[in-house]
Amino acid sequence: MTQEKIVFLIVIALFCVFSLSLKGFVSPGNLLTLVRSVATLGILGVGMAVLVIGRGIDLAIVAIYAMSAAWTLHLADGGVSIPLAMLIGYLFALSAGVINGVLIAYVEIPALFATLGMASLVYGFARYVLVPLYVVYMPASASGISWIGSGFLFGVPMPILFFALVSLLGFLFLRFTKPGRLIYALGDNFAAARISGAPVRSIVVLQYAISATIAFLAGMITATAVASMDTNVANSSLIYDIILVVVLGGIGLSGGRGGIRNVIAGTLLIGILLNGMTIMNVQYQLQNVIRSLILLIAIVIDSLLNPRDEQIDQQGDI
Amino acid sequence: MRTRNIFATIATVASLSGMAGLASAQGIDDPRRADYFKVYEGKTIAFVPVTMGIDLTEGWASVLKKQADTLGMKLEIRDPHFSADAGAQAITSLISEKPDVLIVHNPDVNSYAKLLKRAEAAGIHVIQVNMRSNYNSDVYVGADWIGIGEAEMQAVVDRCGAGTSQKVAILQGQPTSGSDSGMMRGAQNILDKHPEIKLVANQAGQWDATKARAIMATVIQQNPDLCGIVGFWDVMDLGAAAAIKESGKSIVLVTSGGGEQMACDNVANGVFQEEIAYPVLQQGQTLTDMVSTVLQSGQPAGKEKIVIYTPPLKITKETLHPGMCWSAKSLKN
Repeated sequence: MTQEKIVFLIVIALFCVFSLSLKGFVSPGNLLTLVRSVATLGILGVGMAVLVIGRGIDLAIVAIYAMSAAWTLHLADGGVSIPLAMLIGYLFALSAGVINGVLIAYVEIPALFATLGMASLVYGFARYVLVPLYVVYMPASASGISWIGSGFLFGVPMPILFFALVSLLGFLFLRFTKPGRLIYALGDNFAAARISGAPVRSIVVLQYAISATIAFLAGMITATAVASMDTNVANSSLIYDIILVVVLGGIGLSGGRGGIRNVIAGTLLIGILLNGMTIMNVQYQLQNVIRSLILLIAIVIDSLLNPRDEQIDQQGDI
Repeated sequence: MRTRNIFATIATVASLSGMAGLASAQGIDDPRRADYFKVYEGKTIAFVPVTMGIDLTEGWASVLKKQADTLGMKLEIRDPHFSADAGAQAITSLISEKPDVLIVHNPDVNSYAKLLKRAEAAGIHVIQVNMRSNYNSDVYVGADWIGIGEAEMQAVVDRCGAGTSQKVAILQGQPTSGSDSGMMRGAQNILDKHPEIKLVANQAGQWDATKARAIMATVIQQNPDLCGIVGFWDVMDLGAAAAIKESGKSIVLVTSGGGEQMACDNVANGVFQEEIAYPVLQQGQTLTDMVSTVLQSGQPAGKEKIVIYTPPLKITKETLHPGMCWSAKSLKN
């Protein structure tokens, strides 16, 4: 039994318990609300998964997510046209991602340190130079793009559709394209992939460019959903939630394993927990306790059922 | 003798009127003026906010900066960036640096309590702004949170009378903060008087609009006939507003905040039905007055226990007028 299956079983068990005990939990409206509230988390999770499978990690993903969207709103507020503001915001995100990739692939700095530094740099630079205020409001002129975060298509909120789209693209990329397959090779055994002639450096840069692109998309969804962007999210625990969604779903930090399915499993678990506890009106502090307990239980079950093998011991996790 | 007296009187009157004439030509010196400016010269005011960059702290800082610049004082801002640890460190190092006045914006009621006591023991006047700690220092300047909680809940109760579902929800920020504990008490005071009102949800959004949106979407889903929401901070409550908009229902949303332009705009647009504001620039003015008071009084730190509540400003479509709100953007220029 893999961790993914364990998490899926916990998801199903929780779903059944909540369906029976909470009135209105299984209503279609609530289920949409449930998925919607974790859609952004899931989208960022897909971006992170692409990296973790290749034995990388992007601690700057939340900073890029928050600051690129905040700068876009700030530019639009200053009178820049919306498409141009979005383009500039995206280029900002992309350049942060590419610099990350170059630092890791060519300068050979460990991903953990390179992206940790980049997270502070992106946040600090953007706050100091680009975005003067903590919370940036969406100007009235940007109402044309508010559908990204708050629109509906066939009764389904747009963020859910974006989550589905990003998941599908992520799946297709990882499963059927050459760079996608090579990411698994990189994660499984970097040296072997390199010796066998894989263009490892450019693939690493590509990975970080992808995660930055996904971060920008997620940022625009959040910003247009609540008509503002709170740049403080860059300092919040969101980054841990993203890593959690990825690792909990069963994508090992040692790389080479897992796929988009795992991200969806992890995201749904978090979503069901949050939604159920809000319906039960559980106090905020108690919510944190329950959430952490369930996550710890999932990890303990995994390590009992899947003891660490020699290979992992030799390679080590991140 | 008599003639001499008259002569002397005339001479006196003449010289007095001459002096008066001289005074009105050159002005009268105010003997207290020199002392006034001397009090401030070279003094240091330290400010430890919860974070810079939000409308509240930027507003206070701008007024404090103006006072410091005019009177030749130094304003030191230590920005702990929403981290209570960093804030505690900042205050600890300030205690040894000994500024004359320390202005503190507490993240919660406990974190800094002991430090503030130590600061006053070290002779630093401590002024707490808007969010207080358990320790009562020289001065508290800020909102009357219990009063605001009462006003907010009353505003919702007034709109959710008979004929509606009478179901209301509360969206707190951070339950351990000085503001939330007060507002919650105020809201409870009103709920006690209105047993017909049902509180169906009481959740915390951690000052984050995204979390607030997710929580309120679930609450509305669960209580489709929800009548009203009491939110504890306008910046966060934009998330609740987004959830209401998505649900397509008309739910009363009453909030409170610093009365920034965003609040007036959103009341005008009908996003908020009402905001109970604590005008930030006015609070900044009171802060500077209190800085003057503690410096001029000559009293040792910790002697006074002054409380100044900011008079609340009720922003509704009916009371709205141009210039009612202040603009954080204009501070930058």
